[in-house]
Amino acid sequence: MPERIPSDSVGIVAPQRHHFTEPLALVSGGTLPEYELVYETYGRLNASRTNAILVCHALSGNHHVAGYHSPEDRKPGWWENLIGPGKTIDSDRFFVVCCNNLGGCHGSTGPASSNPQTDRPFGPDFPIVSVPDWVASQARLADILEIDRWAAVIGGSLGGMQVLQWAIDYPQRLAHAVIIAAAPKLTAQNIAFNEVARQAIITDPEFHDGRYYDHATEPRRGLRLARMLGHITYLSDDIMREKFGRDLREGKVNFDYGVEFEVESYLRYQADTFVGGFDANTYLLMTKALDYFDPAALTGGDLAAAFKPVTADSLVISFTSDWRFAPARSREIVKALHDNDLNVSYAEIKAHHGHDAFLMKIPQYLDVFGAYMERIVDGVTT
Amino acid sequence: MTQTPIRPDFAIIADWIRPQSRVLDLGCGDGTLLGHLANTKQVSGYGIEIDDHHIPECIRAGINVIQMNLDEGLSEFDDDSFDYIVLSLTLQAVRYPDRLLSEMLRVGTTGIVTFPNFGHWRARFDLLRGHMPVTRSLPHKWYDTPNLHLCTLQDFEGLCETLDIHIEARRAVDHVHQSSLGLRLLPNLLGEIALYRFGRT
Repeated sequence: MPERIPSDSVGIVAPQRHHFTEPLALVSGGTLPEYELVYETYGRLNASRTNAILVCHALSGNHHVAGYHSPEDRKPGWWENLIGPGKTIDSDRFFVVCCNNLGGCHGSTGPASSNPQTDRPFGPDFPIVSVPDWVASQARLADILEIDRWAAVIGGSLGGMQVLQWAIDYPQRLAHAVIIAAAPKLTAQNIAFNEVARQAIITDPEFHDGRYYDHATEPRRGLRLARMLGHITYLSDDIMREKFGRDLREGKVNFDYGVEFEVESYLRYQADTFVGGFDANTYLLMTKALDYFDPAALTGGDLAAAFKPVTADSLVISFTSDWRFAPARSREIVKALHDNDLNVSYAEIKAHHGHDAFLMKIPQYLDVFGAYMERIVDGVTT
Repeated sequence: MTQTPIRPDFAIIADWIRPQSRVLDLGCGDGTLLGHLANTKQVSGYGIEIDDHHIPECIRAGINVIQMNLDEGLSEFDDDSFDYIVLSLTLQAVRYPDRLLSEMLRVGTTGIVTFPNFGHWRARFDLLRGHMPVTRSLPHKWYDTPNLHLCTLQDFEGLCETLDIHIEARRAVDHVHQSSLGLRLLPNLLGEIALYRFGRT
């Protein structure tokens, strides 16, 4: 928690939850008979219910996008840089909604939740959920909130993939799509990184075939490795050089396997803060959802054909140093959108932060994004 | 609300464009031309721009802008996807003007190009005095110019002939983009800006 909550923060926020009793049929063939979604909202829904914005979170994100849960919180929500009064996504003008995705581990029903049929945690019995399932569950949340049509659905990385799925599956329910640092599907290299992360978790002796809850343990080593690997792919070579270089913690090498280089210290710190707050089965699930995402698979690999139903206006943003989802991947999205004669704008932001750039306060990024948000405001009726 | 008068070269381009057509504007700047065409001719389409500071300007103006480098070509656009491809005061700054002209007619039915005329008498005069021209339409010094391939009207028409490009219309204007009798008679000498509309032969 900062000394004082800044005036451009949404301040103290409280999560809400809704229990859904209508079964959800999943792409994987499974069904969730009932489930709970936890979500947060900021700002006020206007009388005509037209100023609502859905934010979709990425792999390790959650519903806590902005503000603080308590005055003791050390850190605000994950997109505090962009959401708040007067900020890019202005909570004075928009009603912002974000839910923890199904399968998550921050309050929505997931592998760590109790299976009503067994009264034990689902563990590996939790069905594989994928991006279309998340979008379907988010649409039900919109029903509960009585939001017929989002002014915009916005997301970065895996969140951007959900935005694409929204535009395909519910074209009449969003006016604008903002797709940041995303890709229309993963490359073999992307899947390879995910597989190494999964193997790290699954081969941890504490994994117990995903039933580690029953053994009062968790595959911490595997999850730590998965997170360290993830962080390497979120940063660019340049930003790593700039942040850490070859700096040594003690100014000299010790000829042992302790933490010597600053970059090692950084990765260990990221891993340490991740475990304990994140469920390993959720990590497996989220990486699978990423691997499976491929809307063009249903149209013979033709992404433009997959976008046929889309009507939303779009803004697509990529970052020059993002090698996880490189600008060329965003350009594939842009091409498929303009092949359908849709309104689309595309900006390639010069940034050396790598994939993580979408979380940062980069002036050109905020300028482009902010300009587009003004366009979204213009379409909102009061 | 008072409307600022549109630049005369943009007015000429607008005259050449049919209502409700689809336009791709290469090097669209702040989106002024596309905005004008959208308002007066109800065209739809996209602007291509590389310059960072123009991107939010276009977005604020309600223009569809795609940030990319024209030197990479137009391969992301399918054949015959637009009625008009406009290249306004940009031809001289691209790396491969000949390839881009051919690409324009692959992607669109009609091409519209404007460029500063290197054959203008002021440019010739500067050269006669032994200097690279610095004129109102060519304001840069030789060492800081973004221009790579300056040409005259005759040069451009020669390239069009080589590329089997059919010139449908030609105009030449002065630096305030006005036309006159003199410009119609001696365009390569008096024209500061050349405007061409062309198609496939």
